[in-house]
Amino acid sequence: MVNQAQILQWLQSFAAEIEQNKEYLTQLDAAIGDADHGINMERGFKKVSSQLPSVADKDISSILKAVSMTLISSVGGASGPLYGTWFLRASTAVAGKQELTEQDVLELLQAGLDGILGRGKAQLGDKTMVDVLSPAVVAFRQAINEGKKTVEALQQSVAAAEQGLQETIPMLAKKGRASYLGERSIGHQDPGGTSAYLMLQSLLAVLLLDAEGNSVRENTHE
Amino acid sequence: MKKLINKPEDFVRESLEGMAAAHSDLIKVNYEPAFVYRTDAPIPGKVAIISGGGSGHEPMHAGFVGKGMLDAACPGEVFTSPTPDQMLEAAKQVDGGGGILYIVKNYSGDIMNFEMATELARGEGIRVLNILIDDDVAVRDSLFTQGRRGVGTTVLAEKICGAAADQGYDLQQLADLCRRVNLNGRSMGIALSSCTVPAKGTPTFELGDREIELGIGIHGEPGIERTSIKSVDEITEILTRSIIEDISYSRSVREWDENRGEWVDVELINSPFTKGDRLLAFVNSMGGTPLSELYLVYRKLAQICEQQGLQIVRNLIGPYITSLEMQGCSITLLKLDDEIIRLWDAPVKTPSWRWGI
Repeated sequence: MVNQAQILQWLQSFAAEIEQNKEYLTQLDAAIGDADHGINMERGFKKVSSQLPSVADKDISSILKAVSMTLISSVGGASGPLYGTWFLRASTAVAGKQELTEQDVLELLQAGLDGILGRGKAQLGDKTMVDVLSPAVVAFRQAINEGKKTVEALQQSVAAAEQGLQETIPMLAKKGRASYLGERSIGHQDPGGTSAYLMLQSLLAVLLLDAEGNSVRENTHE
Repeated sequence: MKKLINKPEDFVRESLEGMAAAHSDLIKVNYEPAFVYRTDAPIPGKVAIISGGGSGHEPMHAGFVGKGMLDAACPGEVFTSPTPDQMLEAAKQVDGGGGILYIVKNYSGDIMNFEMATELARGEGIRVLNILIDDDVAVRDSLFTQGRRGVGTTVLAEKICGAAADQGYDLQQLADLCRRVNLNGRSMGIALSSCTVPAKGTPTFELGDREIELGIGIHGEPGIERTSIKSVDEITEILTRSIIEDISYSRSVREWDENRGEWVDVELINSPFTKGDRLLAFVNSMGGTPLSELYLVYRKLAQICEQQGLQIVRNLIGPYITSLEMQGCSITLLKLDDEIIRLWDAPVKTPSWRWGI
């Protein structure tokens, strides 16, 4: 189960990751784009971070929707509508929920990915965030089909996302400003894929921290 | 980084504040969300033309708001497309009941944000059509890229469609005209230096003293090829040849279908220039190249066109669609007909472009 407090922690933690990796994301974007991915994401998530306290008592779906609206209206570029759509679709997938089961998390991840596919028209192999988010969903689905719990399934999902991110390096970009570079886009890691990886990784980190915290408490009880 | 700025994060807002102060007779600025609009908007019954894109391309687009051109412009952060709420609020501000034409450059961020804005405006009962500009011949193959970028033809389309809107064209006629201008326009650019985005603070790409970037866009993104510095005649020859030897280009673009109430894919194809065509020749500075050098480019361009039997009957020379302080230029050639010439010559009065008034 993923609860509402963990979702809030995740969003704060993702915002902090974006802030810490602002320069890194911008450097990746300078190589094949126009050097603003870190700057744009930081502008949006700084705003998300400051708005989270005002939605802290809402259900998970409402929180995700508020994040979506903030991103759409503050990020700009391609990342604004893509991340905005991811969070909007994720929000719709878990309407009214206070807690998320393994199946709910899967539906959230799948809905977010579907939203991005529809909005950006990118396919697997185009060197975009789809190359990170798509294998992550596949791995998560496979893990829960094997009976794994959310944390373990997400560990496999993040590993698949990381693999997907590595695989963007030799790809030829076919979407976004990187696509205009043609062959010269080869050899560079995709910036959007990198921020998408950070998004999944920060969710895992929050859940792992809580899992450890719980196990420590359980141990003390014994 | 050496720039005339206070704080990088205040760059866009303070620039708009200065513009509003300088041209209060022509434009007003709304800051939350940001858009620039004509003081006389909305004009009842007139179709309103709105464009937008990242800041850093001045005078495009905000400098072209005014009589005979744009009704509103939505500036994003530097080189970052504006957001749907800006475009929606701008549409609400300037809609005179005739509907809105969004002129959109073919960049993924601009497309996605304008599409969301179109859906939002439609949801509020405002008629909106958007036309994509994709004129950059440096991008060869649309199947494996985002398609051609929207560059210099955007400026020409804004002038021509702005005049047509003032003369009473309806929304569908304007959309058709804008599409036709796009299909008749072709551009290509080169950079001699990178620009520096204020928020980043260092040049976007490194270019050696003896290197140039061919086929650049307008966002400081690297071009399609890096080569050694050449004479202006040679550079002009490369750009002009690429444009006039460009064969038919076909692509599929998404446009709003008013009858079906949904997005449809429209197949578009443009035809190459042919001997005897009347052209508008547009030599544009990327921001850091002086007019004297642009005239060197125009000199050679005019010679080549004459040799090819292409008649330049109108021209535009100067910084109109820039990339901050980047050194370099772009050439745009637009095929003209009587209707487009008449609209081109029509009066215009905006902060950065005025004639006939």
